[in-house]
Amino acid sequence: MKKSYQSLEDNSTNNMKQVIYRNLTSKILYLGFILLLTFSTSLSAQEGDPVNGKKVFLANCASCHKLDKVMTGPALRNVEARLAEEHGLDREWINAWIRNSAAVIKSGDPYANKIYNEYNQSPMTALASLTDQDISDVLAYTAQPKPEPVVPTVDPNTNTQGEGGVSNNIILGALAVLFGLLAMALILVKRTLNRFAEAKGIEVPSKKGGDSIWKAFVQNQFLVLVTAIFFLLASGYFAYGYFMQIGVDQGYEPVQPIHYSHRIHAGDNGIDCKYCHSSARVSKTSGIPSLNVCMNCHKSISEVAPATLAEGKEYGVDYNAEIQKLYDAVGWDGTAYTGDSKPVKWIRVHNLPDFAYFNHSQHVTVGGIECQTCHGPVEEMEIMYQDAPLTMGWCINCHRETNVKVKDNAYYTKIHEQLSKKYGVEQLTAAQMGGLECGKCHY
Amino acid sequence: MHINMKIAAKYIVVSILLVSFVSCQKNSRPNYQYMPNMYESVGYETYQESDAFANGVEAQLPAEGTIPRGDFMPFEIDNTTEGYEEAKLNLTSPLDSTQVDYEQGKVLYDIYCAICHGTKGDGNGTLAKKELIIPGSYADKDITTGSIYHTIYYGKNTMGSYANQLSETERWHVVAYVEKLKADLKK
Repeated sequence: MKKSYQSLEDNSTNNMKQVIYRNLTSKILYLGFILLLTFSTSLSAQEGDPVNGKKVFLANCASCHKLDKVMTGPALRNVEARLAEEHGLDREWINAWIRNSAAVIKSGDPYANKIYNEYNQSPMTALASLTDQDISDVLAYTAQPKPEPVVPTVDPNTNTQGEGGVSNNIILGALAVLFGLLAMALILVKRTLNRFAEAKGIEVPSKKGGDSIWKAFVQNQFLVLVTAIFFLLASGYFAYGYFMQIGVDQGYEPVQPIHYSHRIHAGDNGIDCKYCHSSARVSKTSGIPSLNVCMNCHKSISEVAPATLAEGKEYGVDYNAEIQKLYDAVGWDGTAYTGDSKPVKWIRVHNLPDFAYFNHSQHVTVGGIECQTCHGPVEEMEIMYQDAPLTMGWCINCHRETNVKVKDNAYYTKIHEQLSKKYGVEQLTAAQMGGLECGKCHY
Repeated sequence: MHINMKIAAKYIVVSILLVSFVSCQKNSRPNYQYMPNMYESVGYETYQESDAFANGVEAQLPAEGTIPRGDFMPFEIDNTTEGYEEAKLNLTSPLDSTQVDYEQGKVLYDIYCAICHGTKGDGNGTLAKKELIIPGSYADKDITTGSIYHTIYYGKNTMGSYANQLSETERWHVVAYVEKLKADLKK
């Protein structure tokens, strides 16, 4: 430990000399300046600016440290006080560690080595450029008490939203009861009226009228014929519609084992589709991302923001619990992989029949078609559903309407020119380039 | 009265049929198919369940030491601090200046890196602005060609590995683009 202090002092005086020789000439002033500095560091220990500290923390520390959660490095809430109380380490040790942790470890400092080994011997980046003021600002930021009230402010929100849902149900229920009562009242009124009619000896004419209309209808063969044809056509129409939609899964919206919200990931956070579905760029399938892709971000993000959590309540989902499901599946205990992983049984939404060939890279990379063209507004989907019918007619329609970008494709210039001449068009569509050939998709 | 009963019965039948049709259209399960054995592959599909393997999944990891065809060279530097330092000092790009495609590098960078590191590499990506993942600026990082590649390959600190999302050449394009961003930031 002592060694480390000495080396630190050596360092600092060296730095000091450089500064001094540039700015001051007198040796007395030099000594005075050192004294002043040593005092001012101890003074500024209490005078760190947490606002600036947050900035410095976000720029330099936050990639590995969080305040209340162990990440790559330890949690830093009240780090200065904890180090002082539990390990007797002062500001000078902290400064030395931040500016060059490797040197502190090398000097044989016991606590430095303990921490180094505890965190998988991943060395902390030397932040030599941080000034004393920066460090005290950061420490002031870490010394701020944990903002507790965040959680309670969320709960009332979610509660009121929850109550909103409940009160909606109550209103609907009340309406249903009201209508029921109305219907009952009408029936009762009709009964009493009938009783009055009976009592007064008036025959109710409506029944007779109904019978005679029916008789008139049956006797009129033309009307019967027209009605029969109408019903036949109508039933043919509906039967055709029903049989045509067999095998079409438009709107299919299965419940996935982990509630993954495309709305949050692709919409709110603007993550590119190809970030997760990376094989869509280069292969036939767009691929279901393996869980390590989730963990690229979710190693750091174990909880959603309170506002997002409140949104989740509207959908009846606890996003934090869903992230926990991911951790269970991938075997992540919060700081390291346990090796105990299990596959997630995702349910495939878009599924072309086996007899149709489709290649993602051909459309995404070569054609440059937006994912949304076929998959719909995925960035707005809380639950993923199939937006397009994925029928042959739908495919072909797009091939007929889409112009192929043939520009700057030197290899095919000749055939593109010939085809343009053949069809007498400026812009070739996919269909004109053979996009309707049966063998393109069925073989 | 008799006929009325009949009509009522007809209405009831029709409405039951309608209700049953409507209730059949549940979006949480796939629709019926005409010839399922033409729709569903006889061979294993990519992510299918399968009894053929112990863990019940068709998708298996390749046997150790397997080398894929095409764009692949084994990367022999370890995923350790020493490996990182070694890569930082000695690893250089196999692409020369004419082979580096900055345009593709930018496209890939914008997909995979910019979400945290920001399109300019200043650490101001969407997730960083939300203070979810805070990578810091390339300008402040002590990185070299080799260390960038090592980091993309294995990940570093909270950053994960991008080896499975980017092919080898693509990784080197991204490395070149990151170096360009860092140079631009330092201007």
